[in-house]
Amino acid sequence: MLEYDSIAAICEAAEQQQVTISALVLSDQAEQTEMPEEALYERMKNSLYVMQEAVREGKNPDLRSTSGLTGGDAARMEAYAAGGGITGTFLNHAMARAVAVSEYNAAMGRIVASPTAGSCGILPGTVVTMLEEGRCDEHAAVMALFTAGAIGMVIAQKASIAGAQGGCQAECGSASAMAAAALVELAGGTPAQAAHACAMAIKNQLGLVCDPVAGLVEIPCIKRNVSGAAIAFTSAEMALAGVKSRIPVDECVLAMRQVGDMLPCSLKETSKAGLAATPTGLRLKRQVFGET
Amino acid sequence: MNVFDIIGPVMIGPSSSHTAGAVRLGRVAWKILGERAVQARIRLSGSFAQTWRGHGTDKALIAGIMGMHSDDERIRRSLTLAGEEGLAYSFTGEDIPGAHPNTARIHLKGENGAECVVQGASIGGGNILVTEINGMEVSFTGQYNTLMVLHHDKPGTIAAVTNFMAYSGTNIGNFRLTRPRKGGEAVMTIEVDGDVEENLIQSLRILPNVINVVLIRAI
Repeated sequence: MLEYDSIAAICEAAEQQQVTISALVLSDQAEQTEMPEEALYERMKNSLYVMQEAVREGKNPDLRSTSGLTGGDAARMEAYAAGGGITGTFLNHAMARAVAVSEYNAAMGRIVASPTAGSCGILPGTVVTMLEEGRCDEHAAVMALFTAGAIGMVIAQKASIAGAQGGCQAECGSASAMAAAALVELAGGTPAQAAHACAMAIKNQLGLVCDPVAGLVEIPCIKRNVSGAAIAFTSAEMALAGVKSRIPVDECVLAMRQVGDMLPCSLKETSKAGLAATPTGLRLKRQVFGET
Repeated sequence: MNVFDIIGPVMIGPSSSHTAGAVRLGRVAWKILGERAVQARIRLSGSFAQTWRGHGTDKALIAGIMGMHSDDERIRRSLTLAGEEGLAYSFTGEDIPGAHPNTARIHLKGENGAECVVQGASIGGGNILVTEINGMEVSFTGQYNTLMVLHHDKPGTIAAVTNFMAYSGTNIGNFRLTRPRKGGEAVMTIEVDGDVEENLIQSLRILPNVINVVLIRAI
């Protein structure tokens, strides 16, 4: 059985057995939970469907969050994406999906915490994009979520996936690393390349603080889901091109933990510093909650 | 931990502690009440008191009290639904000294006159910690399937309950008894491994001295 304490160990096991990370993880999880593989696959397929529905619902131009602070940007991105923007329709549509799911979350929509509610737009922005843009079939997309899940399990064990514990690097950073590995697998890359992509995604978000305005999962969380998705794509592209992370992936995870431990509490979900403590951040807080 | 702890849970946003955990707290209170609630008075403490409007914590708690799960699409309309179904509710923000920052104290009245007061906290990731039921101190997190057995403090009651559990092959992981005074109302908090069959709950409910049995399922 897999221990989920080393990303390198999972990737090496997959390479040795000449299977994908997802196939290895699915069979291991079936063994660990004493459930048939089909049942786990069906449950994961349902999670994919929830993500797809959140993408659709989140693009509603009239969508507004409970606080009234956010909503409607996914519709803006979607309209813009059609024209191709600077980087092309593919990436712009991916961004629209990441915004859509994050905005839908803020509007009390149904989402898959992956790994958290605050970072729930990154896997839809990447894996659902590969599926809906015709780059993979549904089976591959479902399986890629097992790969993402395995990476997240290691990070949760060796570092953290909670903003209150590790800052935003632990939420959006982890989701981005999970997505990078999933993208490499969907593009036909090797498990070793997935590990490098994962490492690069973590490195690019190391030190990211959690400083939500008014304590709400909106500003800047929604836009950080977009950058998390974009970093997953760039990290996967580099790994698929043969670029290697000079720092091994598991050491990147430990660095994330160390940095998270060193971050002051004021930058770990308490809204006492960073963007939350800016004059505008404080004004928005008063706007939502009054003078408290 | 398994892969669905990372890719999951499926939940209504925006926050696992302010929304998903709040639904579960409301639901626990409703289950303990044991019938449809017609009145809910909720006191919010700490960060719950300050931020409930923006997070939809009020909608989440009411949804739970109406029996919804944390992935129910109706949560965002729950205040309207409460009005339609005759559930009157009120919220006050007033700190409870010494309580966890995300604490709610829920006072419910039911359609047939039942009444209960449940206090608990949302402690992160959708996990909860229930600390008080009807004035009795309890402590369970909802991480395991948990049976709450409200009963009269009479000899043999615990033995009868645990015997039935043994017959049904249910293993006890943790057991806690709380009784404010001898011979009065008491509560067993029993965390179990694996699933609990509905038959077992029905059998426990008809035991002498047992007032109510509530199963709080793990996340």
